Amino acid sequence: MSNEIDARGLTCPQPVIATKKALDTMTAGVVTTIVDNGAAKENVVKLAVASQCGVSVEEKQGHYYIRITKGPASAAKAAEQSQTTTGATVYLITKDTLGHGSEELGAVLMKSFLYTLTETQPLPRTLMFINSGVRLTTAESPLLIHLQTLAGGGVQILSCGTCLDYLGLKERLAVGEVTNMYTIVSELSAGKAVTL
Amino acid sequence: MLLVGIGTSDDAGVYKLNDTTALIQTVDFFTPVVDDPYLFGQIAAANSLSDVYAMGGKPLTAMNLVCFPSCSLGGEVLLDILRGGQEKVAEAGAVIVGGHTIDDAEPKYGLSVTGLIHPDRVWTNASARPGDCLILTKPLGTGILATAAKAELFPAGVAAATESMAALNRNAAETAARFAVSACTDITGFGLLGHLYELAFASGVRLEVESSALPLLPDAQEAAAMGLVPAGAYANRSYLETVAFASAVAESIRDLCYDPQTSGGLLLSLPEDQAGKLLAALHNAGIAGAALVGQVTGTGGGEILVK
Repeated sequence: MSNEIDARGLTCPQPVIATKKALDTMTAGVVTTIVDNGAAKENVVKLAVASQCGVSVEEKQGHYYIRITKGPASAAKAAEQSQTTTGATVYLITKDTLGHGSEELGAVLMKSFLYTLTETQPLPRTLMFINSGVRLTTAESPLLIHLQTLAGGGVQILSCGTCLDYLGLKERLAVGEVTNMYTIVSELSAGKAVTL
Repeated sequence: MLLVGIGTSDDAGVYKLNDTTALIQTVDFFTPVVDDPYLFGQIAAANSLSDVYAMGGKPLTAMNLVCFPSCSLGGEVLLDILRGGQEKVAEAGAVIVGGHTIDDAEPKYGLSVTGLIHPDRVWTNASARPGDCLILTKPLGTGILATAAKAELFPAGVAAATESMAALNRNAAETAARFAVSACTDITGFGLLGHLYELAFASGVRLEVESSALPLLPDAQEAAAMGLVPAGAYANRSYLETVAFASAVAESIRDLCYDPQTSGGLLLSLPEDQAGKLLAALHNAGIAGAALVGQVTGTGGGEILVK
């Protein structure tokens, strides 16, 4: 089931309200909301993330097409519709920034890396987060939307349970599942492994 | 002689009359932020009066500025707006001496306010000093909750925001006047970060804000997380170029930092040894929302780090 909401020309917060109504009345499916300004795009994306849906945005001639996938069935459907298969690469993400030398630059690089991953074919098999890396999979993570998009495409998102506990973030996990060291070691041997 | 003009983007103009008296002059008006006309009048008046308090002064007289669609809204609506404004001015110990009304498709209301202050006790926004602590006297989130009100969501948060917007900054200003305040501004349309930038830039300093210490209105963070963020917040974000966030600061908190406030609290900069005592005094005076939100970390050109 697919819904399209043309919210162009509507004043704030109409795009969010219209999208929320559509999402509330469906158990699973895809809603595409079209908006004509950056603020509305940011807001509808936030709604999708807060509603635990996968989301991707396409820009065409200054208008934004925001595709939101909801429901457990939607992960399979989104994978089918976008015609991607996950490859064999497993990523071990050991902190919430990328590289050494500057924390601020590291945050920018991690954002860029995860976004680029969402655009790559084939998608990775698994992303595993340990140590401060688990901050990226919590509700407060500014990069949640990219991880949800990856999850929607069939990528396994795993966060180390010991790390979540240690950092007091167990209740804050917002995407994927909790994992343990046995699974992490197993996955690292399963395919091509990259450590960040 | 002119003590404070437009040069430092301050809250009001200040003109020295003699050695003991300076005149404060300010004006502000806007479109309705709530549905109830009386509450709109109260909020608009509190907002206009706030700029006098932000200079450390006392309001004296005020004049009404009214735009009203007389064809489409009844006269009793205008009466309610004016009554709300007049009662708020009376609460400030000042008096309305007149005003001006024009016909307009969209209602707008506010005040032009005249206040008084001793020339040596003016609080500008240009004298914050390295080592100072920053205290905010009202919680953030009125722009986001006004958007939530339009979406008919989060009624508890909206009610709390309305009460906060209608509150005068009189009590906070009078309490702070007993301490050695370095600089002061009030938080309105440019959001916390916009007004902090004005203060930092004018004072030639850099600041740090502790995001976990920010006082927030109930429901405001949840409303921000689900996309009820006004366009003004995004405008403030794209305008400010000297702000950096630590990576762990959630997106919803960043939105709250940029959220345009209506009739927000005072932002006071004062030496570290005074800050704790002022905070306690504010809490004792019934200003429960006051919090220590950051510090002036050194000289600079308006750089702000939000941790």
